Amino acid sequence: MAFGAFANSGPDLSAAAPRRRSYVAIILLAPGVVYLLATFVAPLVSLVLTSFKEPGGDFEVGEYVYAFRWENYAEAIGRFGEIFLRTFGYSLLATILALLISYPLAYFIGVTLRRFPLWQSLVLILVIAPFFISFLLRTLAWKAIFADEGPVVSFLQAIGILGPEDYLNGTAFTVIFGLTYNYIPFMTLPIYTSLERLDLRYVEAGGDLYAGPAQRFWRIILPLSLPGVVSGTLLTFIPASGDYVNASKDFLGSTNTVMAGNVINDMFFQSFYPLSAAVSILLMIAILIPVVAYVARSGSEDLL
Amino acid sequence: MSTQEAAALATAESAPAPRGRARSGRGGAGAWVVGAYSLLALAIMMIPIVYTIVFSFNDARRTNIVWRGFTLDNWLKICDDARVCESFGNSIIVGVVATVVATILGTMIAIAIVRYTFRFTTLITILLFLPMATPEVVLGSGLGSQFVNMGVERGLWTIIVAHIMFCISFVVVTVRARVASLDPALEEAGRDLYASPAQVFWRVTLPLLMPGILAAALLCFALSFDDFIITNFVSGNAETFPKFVYVAASRGIPPQSNVIASAVFVLAIVIVVAAQLSAGVRRRKLAKTG
Repeated sequence: MAFGAFANSGPDLSAAAPRRRSYVAIILLAPGVVYLLATFVAPLVSLVLTSFKEPGGDFEVGEYVYAFRWENYAEAIGRFGEIFLRTFGYSLLATILALLISYPLAYFIGVTLRRFPLWQSLVLILVIAPFFISFLLRTLAWKAIFADEGPVVSFLQAIGILGPEDYLNGTAFTVIFGLTYNYIPFMTLPIYTSLERLDLRYVEAGGDLYAGPAQRFWRIILPLSLPGVVSGTLLTFIPASGDYVNASKDFLGSTNTVMAGNVINDMFFQSFYPLSAAVSILLMIAILIPVVAYVARSGSEDLL
Repeated sequence: MSTQEAAALATAESAPAPRGRARSGRGGAGAWVVGAYSLLALAIMMIPIVYTIVFSFNDARRTNIVWRGFTLDNWLKICDDARVCESFGNSIIVGVVATVVATILGTMIAIAIVRYTFRFTTLITILLFLPMATPEVVLGSGLGSQFVNMGVERGLWTIIVAHIMFCISFVVVTVRARVASLDPALEEAGRDLYASPAQVFWRVTLPLLMPGILAAALLCFALSFDDFIITNFVSGNAETFPKFVYVAASRGIPPQSNVIASAVFVLAIVIVVAAQLSAGVRRRKLAKTG
């Protein structure tokens, strides 16, 4: 779905040569598939097994034995239920904000700048430019800009939006801001890919049939760019819900903004492996539901 | 860069799609609003980049938060903070090894998917897709807990193992498009001229796939170089550049890390702009001859 949209490098000519069945295919596939089985599937299995472990052995910190302790899940949901809801809320808000910012941006690049190919590619480079500078340093830059003595807080305090004791860093605002900022390129690129192919003659035909600007947008442009919107939404929501850098207290968050990723990370490094694994599995299931729904609707053919 | 960011580099490869052109400049006022809004959004997106580059020139003492005046010292003495340089070196090693391995494995899969039919196609497609749709923190904690369960000592090589894993799918997606757009007639011509299958592959197929393979390799390197979330779970005591930044964040980042990030940024932008410009020139040439 999403991911193929980025990489098209020309018309598909593969249909011209019939696909063959040959032992060569097995030789080509085997190393990569075995590698993924060992480093992707096996860890997932290991994660499931770990999530049911119980303390054992010499009962030292981080020492667990295989068991079927489903209470780990009860504990994960009981202790971190609120954090799951917050994770979902933050990621959803960041996804919606990113969509509101990215759609006009993608339209500007894909449609308005169509007549100026050089400008189009240069502006596109600006959109992906943040990828080329360390994600952690970018986030720290926002932390400095939103700092308690920084320009934004001083300004907002001066005009009375923030009280003299109110600050920004460590609040839901900065975390959602950071998430939105980080994932705007993910949202913009697939929407751009859809809009770039939009045949403007459809829009004109709508105009000829007396559709106003609003109707032309809602009934022609938006439906035709919907695949890009769906891809962008998944590409934003999935990583945002697993992110723990923005919400970390050393970056834009505080103890009040803890997200599921922070719990997974903290529990792992405090050697509470089963709990960390249980939260991971719950997060993975929550993410997979919409993805499975997508696959069920459009089949596995265009997954890649 | 996180895994999902991936695909971005591959856009440089995209060819113009067929599309209609409006008879008149549609929009008027609307187009201006969209334009102004977009430029404002882009300007805000550039703020952290400019900030990071500007503060690489800061005459910082203990922390690099307050501006204390312009200096070139940080650029001239990058390795004054040994950990910055060491972690940067580790990132390069990890990035290069992971890129080479993942690009080879991914290219082989991409060729198989486009050219051959095989059993379990759906399962293999899902296997290739899932790593891209799984939150990185789950990939990281999964691989991390597997290493813990197996009692494996974590270090640079476990980071490399993890980076190869998340790169493969992106390589497949990028190269696959290139394989699909390859005209089979060219390979057929090679065979008609009595080239052996090996000769056809090395002298026709591979050179034609090269732009896609290079794009995939760049993408993988960029992903690997900026990955923190997965690396954190599998790194043990080894430190890559992003991990150094994360660890240092609690007590203040040395300005040298801004220098490294800025230098990498400038280099990457130069490569991408050059690729875009040369692609533009090529297109214009094609338009003239075609």
